[in-house]
Amino acid sequence: MPNYIFIESRDPFDSPDTSFLADTATSLKRRGNDVTVFLVQNAVLATRKQARKSQLPRLIESGIAVLADDFSLRERGIQSDECQANVKTATIDQLVDLLLRENTRAIWH
Amino acid sequence: MAEKKLTIAIMDPPYEKASTTTALRIVSAALKKGIHVNVFAYEGAVNLAMKDQAPHANPVKGTTVEQEEHPTTKEFVRSLLEIGKGSPQLTWINCGLCVDERGAVNVVDGVKRGSPADFFKMATESTNTLVIPTR
Repeated sequence: MPNYIFIESRDPFDSPDTSFLADTATSLKRRGNDVTVFLVQNAVLATRKQARKSQLPRLIESGIAVLADDFSLRERGIQSDECQANVKTATIDQLVDLLLRENTRAIWH
Repeated sequence: MAEKKLTIAIMDPPYEKASTTTALRIVSAALKKGIHVNVFAYEGAVNLAMKDQAPHANPVKGTTVEQEEHPTTKEFVRSLLEIGKGSPQLTWINCGLCVDERGAVNVVDGVKRGSPADFFKMATESTNTLVIPTR
């Protein structure tokens, strides 16, 4: 089965279509695929515990690994203790590693 | 496939979206890991490498060109091509039709002219391909 890496760049307040990514990612996960969502740019705004409309709880409950770009978090002044549990801070190096795994499909949103 | 290679397609023009910064960060990180990288610049992204870009002062803050240290995308592209001139290798191709439409002919050294056929070839020869579309 292929690995899927979704790179989410949009935040749920500006872009209601972030729910489509969550729908697709959770569906693929239910079918037994390895799915990772990497949050970058304004998508990291959804990591905050108090963020409404965030799709992240749904992703995390389904067992999807959710990573948040450290650079994007720093740019926006979001500290790790402000983030929802189970959202892991990651570097762009880790994203490159994920992209280069064998049999991996990358989807940017 | 012996050596790993990443192909990235970008479409956004310079100074518009954070996606450009992210794309350049991915290219930089991959090169530093020794990964070969192909970039296919399509649509407005062909302007990223335009030589005519110039840093400017900031009259609002009253800073000079030197104080402002205004970054230009052509310098980012130039420095990435410098890192990727050997092994690992960075191949940067601007879409020729997009270049002609925009008059974006005068680009930094190392940027090549090509077509979507080149993108297809690069994608088929790569470990993975990431397309970063415009919104």
